[in-house]
Amino acid sequence: MIRDIFSRKRHYTTIPSEKGKKDVPAGLMTKCPECKTIMYTKELNQNMFVCDHCGHHHRIGSTLRLKYTLDENSFTEFNEGMISQDPLTFPGYKEKSEKDRQSTGMNEAIRTGYGTIGGYKAVIAVMDAGFRMGSMGSVVGEKISRAIDCAIEEEVPFILFSASGGARMQEGVVSLMQMAKTSTSLNRLHEKGLLFISVMTHPTTGGVSASFASLGDVNLAEPQALIGFAGRRIIEQTIREQLPDDFQSAEFLLEHGQLDQVVHRHELKKTLLTLLKLHNAPQAKKKEGEDDA
Amino acid sequence: MMPEEMPFEKPIIELRNKIAELKSFTNEKDIDLSGEITKLERRLVQLEEDIYGNMAPWDRVQLARHTQRPTTLDYIKGLFTDFMEFRGDRLYGDDEAIVGGVAAFDNQPVTVIGHQRGKDTKENIRRNFGMPHPEGYRKALRLMKQAEKFGRPIICFIDTKGAFPGKEAEERGQSEAIARNLLEMSGFKVPVVSIVIGEGGSGGALALGVADRIYMLENATYSVISPEGAATILWKDAAHAQEAAETMKITAPDLKELGIIDDVIPEIRGGAHRNLEAQTSYIRNTLKQAIYDLNKESPEELVHKRFIKFNAIGDYGYVNDANPGGEET
Repeated sequence: MIRDIFSRKRHYTTIPSEKGKKDVPAGLMTKCPECKTIMYTKELNQNMFVCDHCGHHHRIGSTLRLKYTLDENSFTEFNEGMISQDPLTFPGYKEKSEKDRQSTGMNEAIRTGYGTIGGYKAVIAVMDAGFRMGSMGSVVGEKISRAIDCAIEEEVPFILFSASGGARMQEGVVSLMQMAKTSTSLNRLHEKGLLFISVMTHPTTGGVSASFASLGDVNLAEPQALIGFAGRRIIEQTIREQLPDDFQSAEFLLEHGQLDQVVHRHELKKTLLTLLKLHNAPQAKKKEGEDDA
Repeated sequence: MMPEEMPFEKPIIELRNKIAELKSFTNEKDIDLSGEITKLERRLVQLEEDIYGNMAPWDRVQLARHTQRPTTLDYIKGLFTDFMEFRGDRLYGDDEAIVGGVAAFDNQPVTVIGHQRGKDTKENIRRNFGMPHPEGYRKALRLMKQAEKFGRPIICFIDTKGAFPGKEAEERGQSEAIARNLLEMSGFKVPVVSIVIGEGGSGGALALGVADRIYMLENATYSVISPEGAATILWKDAAHAQEAAETMKITAPDLKELGIIDDVIPEIRGGAHRNLEAQTSYIRNTLKQAIYDLNKESPEELVHKRFIKFNAIGDYGYVNDANPGGEET
């Protein structure tokens, strides 16, 4: 008897939850992975996806990043339709890329383009960890290289937000060579005396950390972002030692002299604007009736 | 010392032993087995052809890791005269996983740098199994900048499992050290030649590899991740390393086909360790031609062509190419 009641109840609770999915939009509430506080996604959104309670910076995609960084409607995207091929004919790679294209609506793990920050012109590249872990294959390398070409041609600064697990394994040595390719392009930017600001966001590791992300004239990072060359597990296995909790965090890197500043997401745009101003970045012509930024 | 045999060579070794056995039998017992011996010798030639001519990627991985495989210092000794080692990065310390210095090649002063593995356990501990810390890369950078100052070509030997994944390495900026080398190497106004002589493991190898000419010994490997690492990720099991070695395209012929390296330097049958002198002469021929060609280029040409070379690496298309218009109705 009692068992019946329980089984019915279980049955009873299952159906509304299925039905509920339609009524309550998925992701209405978000739980902070750091302090476990549950909050309205809408409120979190208004706070640039920074936890109100503990200050944890939630991972955001390229769309929000561009929105938070650039002046409204100032973004012109480059090479939007560029997609990866399959240089090694690696089993399952094409299918996986296609799946990520469908699920993210992006064609690759990076978006590049031209925009303004408080009226200052810049070429910007934003990696997106939602696509193949933000890994760097041929397309990421090529788009960065072309974005740098554009910055050189327009004589404007280059700003890159990294978010990547490193080189893309499915493109093998071709992806390894993108480290050299992007660094070679950055050297040209450097030769022209143009500014490069690298903003490392969670995560920036492996081949991305060991190439362009570490090569900014100014290296910034978001709080708590994981930044490092080798993975924590590999290091622990190699040296047979447990690593401190804050190992490879942005704060750890700051302490060890690898970063100029750790900047809160709310302050990032202002920080970039100040840097652009201090480096005499060219300003876009103001439209009529527009106020000073 | 007899070179250590590799698993894939077993049939050859067995046949060789059998022939030797028959020969000694002939001498001792005074029985004529020459017909049999000739037959077996002919078979040996065929077998060597089959095995060494069709080496699987995994066989090459084994050879690239062979404990007796010649190292950077072995080749330096054979290729150059007046080699003088320069040590230290002037910032933190001296990392013995990378060696470097000045020497003469064909009477021309050059700067030589390379990863250095140890020959035995004791030396391997000192040299950290050829896996550099940031100070190793910074020493290399210091020496390369010095080469540029004095207008000397830079010759790099790549032979590492990878940059060391350690706590101190991260603290001292392993990422930055590698990245800095990539950027600086792309701008040197002197010829840069890199030769992968053993394992070319990921970013730690590439940090000596942004060159005008990149060569690989026939049995060397160059990859973004070790076959074991790739197998762990792909099949969740390092035991599939053999398959991964094939899938990842990490051998010299693979990289030549992918258009990443300029050429493959042939190896002695059975691997470079079987005859260091002959192997050194193969490398010398290639290096001589490369330096001769590069000496003719102006500093600006060198930098420009290096940029073009790396900028061209990549395989990409466009959404519209993948799905040509007109097919949909």
